[in-house]
Amino acid sequence: MIDRTASELLQALNQGETTSEAIAQEFLQIIRNRDSKVKAFLHVNEEDALQQARTVDAKRKRGEPLGALAGIPIAIKDVLCIKGQPTTCGSKILQNFKPPYDATVITRLRDADAILLGKTNMDEFAMGSSTENSAYQTTRNPWDLERIPGGSSGGSAAAVAAGETPLALGSDTGGSIRQPASLCGIVGVKPTYGRVSRFGLVAFASSLDQIGPLAHDVKDAALLLEVIAGHDPLDSTSVNKPVPSYGTVVDQPVRPLTIGVAKEYFSEGLDKEVEQGVRAALKVYEEQGATIKEVSLPNSPHAVAVYYLVATAEASSNLARYDGVHYGYRAKAFTNMIDMYSRTRGEAFGKEVQRRIMLGTYALSSGYKDAYYLKALKVRRLIKDDFDRAFAECDVVMGPTAPTPAFKIGEKADNPLAMYLSDIYTISANLAGIAGISIPCGFTKIGLPIGLQILAAPFEEEKLLRIARMHESKTEWHTKRPKL
Amino acid sequence: MSLTLDEVRWVAQLARLDLADADLETMTRQLGAIVDYVNQLQQVNTDGVEPLNHALPIHNVFREDEPRPSLPVDAALANAPDRRGDFYAVPAVLD
Repeated sequence: MIDRTASELLQALNQGETTSEAIAQEFLQIIRNRDSKVKAFLHVNEEDALQQARTVDAKRKRGEPLGALAGIPIAIKDVLCIKGQPTTCGSKILQNFKPPYDATVITRLRDADAILLGKTNMDEFAMGSSTENSAYQTTRNPWDLERIPGGSSGGSAAAVAAGETPLALGSDTGGSIRQPASLCGIVGVKPTYGRVSRFGLVAFASSLDQIGPLAHDVKDAALLLEVIAGHDPLDSTSVNKPVPSYGTVVDQPVRPLTIGVAKEYFSEGLDKEVEQGVRAALKVYEEQGATIKEVSLPNSPHAVAVYYLVATAEASSNLARYDGVHYGYRAKAFTNMIDMYSRTRGEAFGKEVQRRIMLGTYALSSGYKDAYYLKALKVRRLIKDDFDRAFAECDVVMGPTAPTPAFKIGEKADNPLAMYLSDIYTISANLAGIAGISIPCGFTKIGLPIGLQILAAPFEEEKLLRIARMHESKTEWHTKRPKL
Repeated sequence: MSLTLDEVRWVAQLARLDLADADLETMTRQLGAIVDYVNQLQQVNTDGVEPLNHALPIHNVFREDEPRPSLPVDAALANAPDRRGDFYAVPAVLD
C-alpha cells in the first residue's frame, strides 16, 4: 500500500480491495517504524486519524456521496492551522499554541474526506532551505539520512518520499515546496499567487506565500490541487476564478509545445550532474515533439537580493504579532511592556528568524527604505516583466529546481548567504506570482534526486500539470523509492 | 558599506528583539555580509519603473457591513499566557 500513489489507493478503495481504516493503519505503522530515523513528523494524530478513517468507511458502506480524496491520508506542514491541534510553525514561540479554527485548505480536505495524519516539521516560520532551522528536530533526507531534505517544507517532502504518507501540503514563499520536492525526488507545486486561500496559513511574506501539494506524481498533485484551490471570501488576496478539473485533464499532452530555456539558469554554480539530469529531461520533451527555445531572464541574477529585502520586510511586519500578549510564549522576567516583547522575542525566536526580522526592519527603516525596500520592489517589477516577455514566446520555462542535490546536514548552517543561494532558481516565481512545479528527472551517481522545474504564466496550472505529466508518462523517476 | 554595531543595536530595538552582546556582534557580521550582497541592486537601472508590491492587480476587497458571529471569548482566550476573567493580563501600558 505504502508505495502506491493516492490515485491507486482511490482505485483500490473504490473497488472494495481495502478500507480507509486499513490504509491508515498501514501508514501509521510505517511512521512508527521509520520516523524515528526520518523525523518528518512533529505530531501524529493516531487515534484521530483512525476515527476519521472509520467515519469515511461507514459513509462508503451507507452508499453516501464521498469527497474526491475519500480515505486518503495526508500530512500537513505545521504552518497550517488545524483547530484544537498543536501548530508550532517549527518555533518555540508557538510551542503550546492550538488554533481556534481550521485553515480553509483544511476545511476543504475535510470536505473531501481526506484523512489528516498529523503535522510535519519545517524551518521555523518557513524561513530556511534545509529544515535545519526547526526549533524541534532536524528532518533527514530519506535518500541519505546524513543529508538535508530541503526546506522549508522538508518534513512534508520527506514524509512523502519515505512512504509515510501518499500526500502532503507545504507552503512556498521562495521555493519551500519545490526545492524540498527536488531534493527528495518527488513532485511539488507552487500555485499562482491567489490560486489557493491563505486563510489559516501562518504568514511569513504575505505577497509571496502560497500553499501547495507534495506527492509522488503529477496526477496526485493535480488531484490535491483541485481540492484546495479556489476563491475564499476569508482571504481577500484569493482570486475569483473557476478551478479547472486538473485531475481529469492532466493526462492530455500539450501540442504544439514550445519550451523556453533561460540561459541565466545554466551558469556558474550549477552542479554538473544536475545540469545533465535537466538536459536529459529536455531531450524527453524534444522526443515528444517539443521545440526548445533559448530565452533570457536578464534580471534573474538579482532575484535573491530582491527577495531578501521584500520577504524580510514583510516578515518583520507579520512576525510583530509574536509579542507574548495573546498567545504563545511569554518571557518570565521583564520590567515593563516593551521589555516583555523584547525578551519574549529574544528568548523564543531562533537565530534565522531574528536575522530576517532584523534585515527587514533595517530595509524599512527611516533613511534606508528608499534605497532598499522600494528599490527592491522596482527590480521585482523587472523580474516579472522578464517572465511576461518569456511567456509571450513560450508555453513554459524549464530549468533546474535547485543548483545542487541535497547537501549534508550542517554544511551550510554557518553561512546564511550560501544557504540563501539554494533558492536561486525558485525565488523569481514567488516574486512574479507565477505557477511552478518540480518533478523528479534523475539521480546523481551517489543516488541523490535531481529535480526539473517548470514555470508557467499566472493561472496556467492546467497547462503546467499536463506538460509535467508528459515527462512522467515516458520516464520512471517518479516510481523510485528509497530503501528505509 | 557594512553595518556598525550601534546601527544593529538600534535595529534590534526597533524590532523589539533583546539580543545578548555576543549575538549582536555575530548579527552585525552576518547582516553586514547580507547587506553588502543586496547592495548589488544599486547597480540596476530602475528609472521610470514603478514598485511592484503585489503580483496580482487586486484592489480593495470589501463585503457588506453586516455583523457576523465571531470567535467566542473562551476560544479567543484559550491560548492566553495570562488570562484574568475575559482579559489578557499584561504589564501596565501607561505610567
